[in-house]
Amino acid sequence: MKKRIACCSLSAFLSVCSYGQFGNNQREIDLGEIKGNVSMAYQQYQEDSAINAAVPDEKSTLTAFTNILYTRGNVSAGIRYESYLPAQLGYPDRFEGTGLGYRFAAYSTEKIGVTVGNFYEQFGSGLVFRCYEERLLGIDNAMDGMRVKAHPLPGLYVKGIYGKQRFQFSDGLVNGSGLVRGIDGELVLNELLDSLSNKSIDSLPYRKLNVILGGSFVSKYQSDNSPSLILPENVGTYAGRLRMNYGKVSVNGEYAYKINDPSGDNGFVYKDGHAALLNFTYATKGFSLLLDAKTTDNFSFRSDRTAELQDLMINFSPALTKQHSYNLAATLYPYGSRPWGEVAYQAELSYKVPKKSKIGGKYGMLLTANYATVFGLDSINILEDISAESSSREGYVNNSFFMPGKEKYFQDFNLEIKKKFSKTFRATYTYFNFFYNNDINQGAFDNNNKGVKGNIIAQIHVLDLSKRFMKKHNIRLELQHLSTQQHLGNWATVLLEYTYSPHWFVGILDQYNYGNSDAEKQVHYLYGTVGYVKNAHRFTMGYGKQRAGLFCVGGVCRQVPASNGLTVTFTTSF
Amino acid sequence: MSFVLVAQQKTIPSVKLETLDGKSFNTSAIENDGNPTIISFWATWCKPCKEELNNIADEYDDWMDETGVKLVAISIDDQRSATRVKPYVNSVGWDYQILLDKNSDFKRAMGVQNVPHTFLLDGKGNIVYQHNSYSPGDEDKLYDKVQAAAKK
Repeated sequence: MKKRIACCSLSAFLSVCSYGQFGNNQREIDLGEIKGNVSMAYQQYQEDSAINAAVPDEKSTLTAFTNILYTRGNVSAGIRYESYLPAQLGYPDRFEGTGLGYRFAAYSTEKIGVTVGNFYEQFGSGLVFRCYEERLLGIDNAMDGMRVKAHPLPGLYVKGIYGKQRFQFSDGLVNGSGLVRGIDGELVLNELLDSLSNKSIDSLPYRKLNVILGGSFVSKYQSDNSPSLILPENVGTYAGRLRMNYGKVSVNGEYAYKINDPSGDNGFVYKDGHAALLNFTYATKGFSLLLDAKTTDNFSFRSDRTAELQDLMINFSPALTKQHSYNLAATLYPYGSRPWGEVAYQAELSYKVPKKSKIGGKYGMLLTANYATVFGLDSINILEDISAESSSREGYVNNSFFMPGKEKYFQDFNLEIKKKFSKTFRATYTYFNFFYNNDINQGAFDNNNKGVKGNIIAQIHVLDLSKRFMKKHNIRLELQHLSTQQHLGNWATVLLEYTYSPHWFVGILDQYNYGNSDAEKQVHYLYGTVGYVKNAHRFTMGYGKQRAGLFCVGGVCRQVPASNGLTVTFTTSF
Repeated sequence: MSFVLVAQQKTIPSVKLETLDGKSFNTSAIENDGNPTIISFWATWCKPCKEELNNIADEYDDWMDETGVKLVAISIDDQRSATRVKPYVNSVGWDYQILLDKNSDFKRAMGVQNVPHTFLLDGKGNIVYQHNSYSPGDEDKLYDKVQAAAKK
């Protein structure tokens, strides 16, 4: 359906009309389509010595984004206007001011696509290249340059990228100095065979087997700015991947290699790097098994060799741990991939006790058990090799590729039991057992804001109850308890949430650090929220104390300081 | 001759996604034979998303019978959790079409900021309704909109 807008009413600002004559002989002009969104978060901070609350000089912060996307046929263009006035506390400190942070124009057909300006892209599983945004975390390593995508043959997909990466924001986008360029090819074998055999592969005997092959090459350039070392200016990485599905079974793997890349992350050693990611899943109705393994050895890859934290990352190393959503489990001891290297394994088993069985009840019961563990590399340091006279500067030797080293970084065992008792009542119980090596992860701080030494072992129980009444009303209660001998001791958390569909929600959260060794720090972190939702508009207001913690999305975390005050947010999409 | 400016209704942009088997799927191919389509953005780590899709799943057979509606669930899980999508979908037994948007390209192109975010397309592929976040009971309002779209 198309909306017709009378030409004359718009003629004042659309000069195109002046060429037209009014009459029966009408011609349509397609104005295209606009989509986008707005999000803003205003925060006002108050002093609160009981929780060491942080207060910026400005006392309040405003972080806002507006995306506008225009599409007409094969052409599209977009901008994002960003404001950090200043950015909320905990955000990377290189974001300030207001201006354009992203702009692009693109042309795409089924066979070919060209983008100029900013873009986000991922090759394979991202081991050698991934540009993405996580606005809430302040992560944005968008490319700025050019991308070409081609689909020359059935099943064959090729992508090429060339450009610089977004580094910081200062009244506008500021790119890092390094260059990044790369190419990726993917062959979906079944699509190719399909077209060759001229009939659907679904009718062939091996139809259940899907095979996808891929390969990428990515290279970066940064001039040698070291007075003492001879640094490689061009550093290349390459990767190969394979994915196979056969009915209920899928196997996925990617291996990547990087030539010597001395950087701040590896202490400027000249050792080559490599990484591998393996995944196996078996999934059938009501039962599934997932097995993951990962190893990264000297595989941080950035377009600036001295960059830190999440800055100017070219690749992405997924944390092989489950992302939790319950407050205590999500923000106290979460894991983020270590840049120098690690060996990680994960297993997850899921089973649905059938409906109408004795234990399953009318609706069935879902059980999920997950185990994840991360170790350091099995390596031996060669200290004499790091002296100024050394010509090799390898730094260390890695004894085995997929075997764990002696030092355990992290472990998480969790079990979830979820049952729906009636049409209106359901309950979920979750148990977590964390091992968190804070010498490595450095996410836990004591009462004086100093890093905690050693390992933290914590157990968490969560009971989540939800009851719906009179169709539109719902009350949800979360009871959480964390016990640990280390760090800040025990916590008890209660969350009570009331929603009235489709518009209103009210929530109250109390996190009580009753196990803190310092009686004065046994504080109730009380926080209340009220919100209103209409279609794609969402408005929330929150007030109270917020605990310091790690705020993570997708295995990437940032430290957020404790604060007290008012938060107002508004988001909309159009 | 005169010119008539035509502002198109909002439709679905063309973005390449993945199926659960790893095959490519272009979003411009989302269609449902002239019947309404629900597009729901979700992730395995998002509790309200899963609650919404599980609650709809309880009614889904009736919805399909009565209106011919189809639901396409777009997972925005990235590489870290994308391998969880197929196991999860199987263990809860959803009958939806599932697509993976691993680097949030489709999410961005649709102007979505956070999940859950649900769109309703009429039989001609125009976006007639969208909703952000989920509270139990929201599916009833969504279904009212589906019924209205089916009658068009």
